[in-house]
Amino acid sequence: MAQKKSLNVNGKSVNITIDDPDMPLLYALRDNLALHGPRFGCGLGQCGACTVHVDGKAVRSCVTPLSALSAKQKVVTLEGLGTAQRPHPVQQAFIEAQAAQCGYCVNGMIMESAAFLAKNRNPSESDIKQALANNLCRCGTHVRIVDAVKRASQRA
Amino acid sequence: MNHIASRRAMLKGSGALIVSFSFAGHLDMARAQGAAAVAAAAKTVDPKDVDAYLAIDARGVVTIYSGKVDLGTGVSTALPQIVAEELDVALGTIKFVQGDTALTPDQGPTFGSLSIQNGGMQLRQAAATARSALLDEAAKRLGVPKEELTVADGVVTAKDGKRVAYGELIGGKSFALKLDDKAPHKKPDTYKLVGKPIARVDIPDKITGRFTYMQDFRLRGMLHGRVVRPPAIGANLESVDESSVKDIPDLVKVVREGNFLGVVAKSEWGSIRAARQLKATWSKWEGLPEQSKLWEHVRATKVAKDDVTSSTGNVGAAMATLGTKIVRASYDFAIHTHGSIGPSCAVAEFKDGKLTSWSASQSTHNLRKQLAQMFGLTPDNVRCIYVEGSGCYGRNGHEDAAADAALLAKAVGQPVRVQWSRADEHGWDPKGPPTLIDLRAAVDSAGNVAAWDSEFFIPQATGNFTVPLVAATLAGLPGDTNIAPGNIIHNSAIPYRFANVRTVCHRLESTPFTPSWIRTPGRMQNTYANECFMDELAAAAGVDPLEFRLKYLDPADKRGLEVLDRVAKLAKWEKRASPRKDAGGAVVTGRGVTFCKYELVRTYVGAVAEVEVDRASGNIRVTKFFIAHDCGQIINPDGLKNQLDGNILQTVSRTLKEELKFDRSRVTSLDWESYPILRFPEMPEIIVDLIDRPNERPWGAGEPAAAVVPSAISNAVFDATGVRLRSVPYTPDKVKAAMNGAA
Repeated sequence: MAQKKSLNVNGKSVNITIDDPDMPLLYALRDNLALHGPRFGCGLGQCGACTVHVDGKAVRSCVTPLSALSAKQKVVTLEGLGTAQRPHPVQQAFIEAQAAQCGYCVNGMIMESAAFLAKNRNPSESDIKQALANNLCRCGTHVRIVDAVKRASQRA
Repeated sequence: MNHIASRRAMLKGSGALIVSFSFAGHLDMARAQGAAAVAAAAKTVDPKDVDAYLAIDARGVVTIYSGKVDLGTGVSTALPQIVAEELDVALGTIKFVQGDTALTPDQGPTFGSLSIQNGGMQLRQAAATARSALLDEAAKRLGVPKEELTVADGVVTAKDGKRVAYGELIGGKSFALKLDDKAPHKKPDTYKLVGKPIARVDIPDKITGRFTYMQDFRLRGMLHGRVVRPPAIGANLESVDESSVKDIPDLVKVVREGNFLGVVAKSEWGSIRAARQLKATWSKWEGLPEQSKLWEHVRATKVAKDDVTSSTGNVGAAMATLGTKIVRASYDFAIHTHGSIGPSCAVAEFKDGKLTSWSASQSTHNLRKQLAQMFGLTPDNVRCIYVEGSGCYGRNGHEDAAADAALLAKAVGQPVRVQWSRADEHGWDPKGPPTLIDLRAAVDSAGNVAAWDSEFFIPQATGNFTVPLVAATLAGLPGDTNIAPGNIIHNSAIPYRFANVRTVCHRLESTPFTPSWIRTPGRMQNTYANECFMDELAAAAGVDPLEFRLKYLDPADKRGLEVLDRVAKLAKWEKRASPRKDAGGAVVTGRGVTFCKYELVRTYVGAVAEVEVDRASGNIRVTKFFIAHDCGQIINPDGLKNQLDGNILQTVSRTLKEELKFDRSRVTSLDWESYPILRFPEMPEIIVDLIDRPNERPWGAGEPAAAVVPSAISNAVFDATGVRLRSVPYTPDKVKAAMNGAA
């Protein structure tokens, strides 16, 4: 039955009304908060399109039930990472490298990379590929994505 | 509204190319739709009319109406580049409207590597016609000869400095002109935009989460639908237990029509829960062949007709000549799924007897006809509007989701959004059909090829490019029963000049799954078999495989010879026969070459793959992939490179890993574990040589570079191991089995 849930999303406290406390975070972000960054890809935690940060960690929002999140945990989406005027260094690098074809997976690529680079200052190309091993791209943009993450890492 | 405002500010601030999409944000949808509906009443979509493609308002803003749509390929940047160039207007003043049956001409589906080659050239012709008419009008108004006028940024200037802007000349009025194929074009050596690596207009929004994909699109008052597909493809729905979902608080309706079953709820999560929880009983159905006997099934399928795609000399006589050696091989290529990362999604609304459908269909004009047929409407009462979705590589599930949404919207009398699950997508998108190819060649005692004879076992094509809509089929509503696998006979004929050649496509009466076209349909499978078999013949003759190809190519086809020459230089090709003699150790390496002239009439690709094969595990790694690519005039070299990367990476994935799994009732590879695709640690390095020919016509580039991948890999594995792989995908198990067989 309808109940309130408080979340901290992109630096703001928000209250949403939900029917099911176990609804995955993805649907709260997309349907209750009208965010476009996190995307539905599989609902199984297999492809990475839905990735967001929870307290700085890359998390698959499609398999994260709201009941597992407290109002204090900081959820950051692609929108919260940076804007077109003030992009995050990883977003800036993706724009410079023109690292998208359809761009549907790119949310996951950026969120995964940003969390990875925050902990790994000087990764090798092989490290980057391993970090993105569970993020799927179907268009075949891998070369440019790795290039973008490398660019971003060199600026961090 | 906020993100629309910020997007505009961003574009202005960065000075980037501004292309306004007609559907920039979901909050603004109802208004945008209303405005578009007004405009639609007066707008021609006749492909012969300039006004079908172009409008210029009083401020000089140019709007392009494109029937070809951006599937993630970058044509919403490249097509405006062509038009801005021809009109001499700033790119930033161009708006791009795509794939709206009320507003854009039917330029055919966005497939076949034709968006630039055909769609772009129609736009160029429209722009050239418009420019000529605008200059006529300017000459009249300024009182000077047309020849003395120059144009920059949409302003016409005479020698004496008098000026008049396009906006003043046409200012929102229609051109009322037919496309004029004699209208003069700008000379390529004066180009300022075409041929330049202009940054893509959509990328900043995609990178920052401001882009509205089809999956993000929302209408006011919209409900959420999910489909509940049968557990067996041909099963009948026997009963539905609606009490099984009565605890879903926001459920609106369970919709049942024939074998179509779906749920509608107020929230998306409610619809997902309802679809998962709904209990229904279905009849048993086991109409699929056994997967382990797929190729026997294909071979035994009745042939509806033969398409002889080439016939020269007398193959039978040449094969029977004494002293010739007959080389034989059979190749097969697995059933593939499209596998877009975002499952199909659509929104539909029935209002006042009219249906409006928003989808990521690559073919909204065809979809409109299909939806009209399904619901017994005249096409005038159906409008299909394209909204870019997750990458589309052919006719996937978008049209089916559109039919699902329409059926549910009609049932509940409110707009409905349907989002397919991953299992819906993997299970129910139409498939790339299984392809089986037998080849024979006669080789004389000197190793020369005397005859080439090939047979392709591929589904027939009935009707046009419309794949039956799943919802219409399940619900028993009127609809196509076509088999529509695409133009899959292309590249069954070969570019090599042998004295005796016969290439025949046996068009099969049926194929196990509803087929459709997936990137490079037929051309990939056919090129794969032909180019591997060429390699077998080169090896049989003990000749370097590149030299062997050059020997039989038409020496007058200079562009073909050049791509091979350039890829050889790029890859530092070492002249020797395959397999290599010095192979040893646990991991062996090899190189393979492939040539393709797309459909034997356009884009040329030369390719070299370098591979490592782990003998113990059977694992293949493609380490480097080189290509030389000639698609004539290049519109945007950076966009082209992006497409070539995509062709190669996606096809390395298809070649090494992909195969639909099924039992007698249904598809069983319903997720990314059971249908694996290429991952980052497995990606090759890609080295590209773009051959630009500014004075030639532009050809397609979305598919040709995919055609060369499977054979280049197979040939490289042969070079490394001496083992020939003839069955895609080249999984470790198959590689090991092939190596054991050869040992």
